Amino acid sequence: MALKDKHAKQIEATFAKYPDKRSAVMPLLHLSQQEYGWVSPEGIEEVAGLCEMDPTQVRSIAGFYTMYSEEPKGRYWLQVCTDLSCALCGADKFYEDLKKELNVEDGGTTEDGVFTVEHVMCLAACDKAPMLQCNFHFEENLDMDKMRTKLAAWRAEAAKNKA
Amino acid sequence: MYILYRGREVKNIHKFDVYTEHGGYEGLKKALGMKPAEVIETVKASGLRGRGGAGFSTGMKWSFIPQSEPVKYVVVNADESETGTFKDREIMETNPHQLIEGAMICAWAIQAKAVYIYLRGEFWDVAHELDKRIAEARKAGFVGDNVMGSGWSCNVYTHLGAGAYICGEESALLESLEGKLGQPRVRPPFPAQKGGGLYGEPTVVNNVETLTNVPWIVTNGADEYKKIGTEQSPGTKIFCVSGHVEKPGNYELPMGVTFRELLYTHAGGGKGGRKIKAILPSGGSGPIIRVTEEVLDTKLTYEDLGKVGSILGSASIIVMDETVDISWVAARIIKFFKHESCGKCTPCREGTYWLDKLMDRVMEGRATQADLDLVNNVAKNMAGMTLCALGDFAANPIIHTIKNFPEDFKQHLAPAGKAPTRAGAAD
Repeated sequence: MALKDKHAKQIEATFAKYPDKRSAVMPLLHLSQQEYGWVSPEGIEEVAGLCEMDPTQVRSIAGFYTMYSEEPKGRYWLQVCTDLSCALCGADKFYEDLKKELNVEDGGTTEDGVFTVEHVMCLAACDKAPMLQCNFHFEENLDMDKMRTKLAAWRAEAAKNKA
Repeated sequence: MYILYRGREVKNIHKFDVYTEHGGYEGLKKALGMKPAEVIETVKASGLRGRGGAGFSTGMKWSFIPQSEPVKYVVVNADESETGTFKDREIMETNPHQLIEGAMICAWAIQAKAVYIYLRGEFWDVAHELDKRIAEARKAGFVGDNVMGSGWSCNVYTHLGAGAYICGEESALLESLEGKLGQPRVRPPFPAQKGGGLYGEPTVVNNVETLTNVPWIVTNGADEYKKIGTEQSPGTKIFCVSGHVEKPGNYELPMGVTFRELLYTHAGGGKGGRKIKAILPSGGSGPIIRVTEEVLDTKLTYEDLGKVGSILGSASIIVMDETVDISWVAARIIKFFKHESCGKCTPCREGTYWLDKLMDRVMEGRATQADLDLVNNVAKNMAGMTLCALGDFAANPIIHTIKNFPEDFKQHLAPAGKAPTRAGAAD
């Protein structure tokens, strides 16, 4: 179902916030990504239509901002901060261990499509390193023991949703 | 005492009822009984300075808004993207109504039509909670149509970014809010002027921490506020301490506290009892300083940090102990700025790219003194050459790490005779 049918109310509320339709492009790209799991070409077309913009303009927005993914990701998108403060507190090793645990390279997705792993810039949680965001929710004060528990829980959740 | 992190003293103050039971929205009520110009005068007299990093007089900023213009906006900068900064998130999570109240007082003072709170996209959960708090304030008549029967209407909205450091820069933030690429604008016109603000209308852009001070100032008066902190830097400040300390975290303390007190009394000293070697007082973007007894006794104020060759900025204090190689720090920071350069200005876009390449060469032990000189040269040609401060921010850490810790860089230089040839160096 198209965004405008499925989320009519939310789209209307979004447009009501701004005097200019174009301002809704970022919130609607977020919505589209939530709906389809990534910023797909169809999603771009839809958002462009809603905001009365050219699809090329919408694509440039999607490309500029790192939270919009222009390719499908794993069910759980793990973004590990390896910026200075986190790196001083062991984030590099944590990230290496996590990639090894999941047997993926930087930016890679596990074969079962459950996890995508990448490193990102500062997420403003510097006192709780190592940390990551999973589908934009923060997980803080991590170590590999805690991480293995979380990974198992997410795996189980993914299997359940698949079944 | 807490002006900002009142949630540490009053349990559940994030809830509307608890907030109002503890004096919440009294500042807004008082402001609505004052003329807008009087509110601006009060904030000006308090000496409150912008907590986003620039330290500019908040009241002065508000006074630049031309009252003759019919449409004006308040934009709250909640992008919090400087490496090492994590203070605004705690305000929004634990004391959100005080931010909403402060923003509404600012909106009354400049007679704004709406307030937009621009949060970095990663504050997804924070923004959705904040929406609920705004709805509570609206229901109680503190936000929305005919605010407290004043005849003045003003709504508050949140807007989520999507992952771009540059959107913490106010003109890039405005572009982003308008649904464009987050790239800085040519100034003048400045945001306060017609043509320079949101949708071309005069706009005040203030940081979360700045506005959260305002209800306290209006309620208690400018004189009371000036009793806290130092003459030129009144009030409390949130210091974000991260890196090699025993107790990293946010510390709200009066301006003028020394590094020694902050790092040893509050943050527990160097991690594992190790000696602290260096401090970045203003996140990744400010000059690094070598820790000495004199530095430890320096007061944390806008005016004092300059004496030891740095800036207070947003007070994101990254601590490095004696185990840290400062050239590694420089290399890490430049990777950040290379990633976050928006690409609009050539010196920053190209400069960060080449600095990153050169720093890789240094860290791999393939560099010569000539390469280090080139690093310095590139950095110095970025500073002051760009539309926004990011060019300076990217150059600063490089210039000052090399200047203050030359031995850390020299240890990586290729041994004489083993340095790559000119052709080999051009990778």
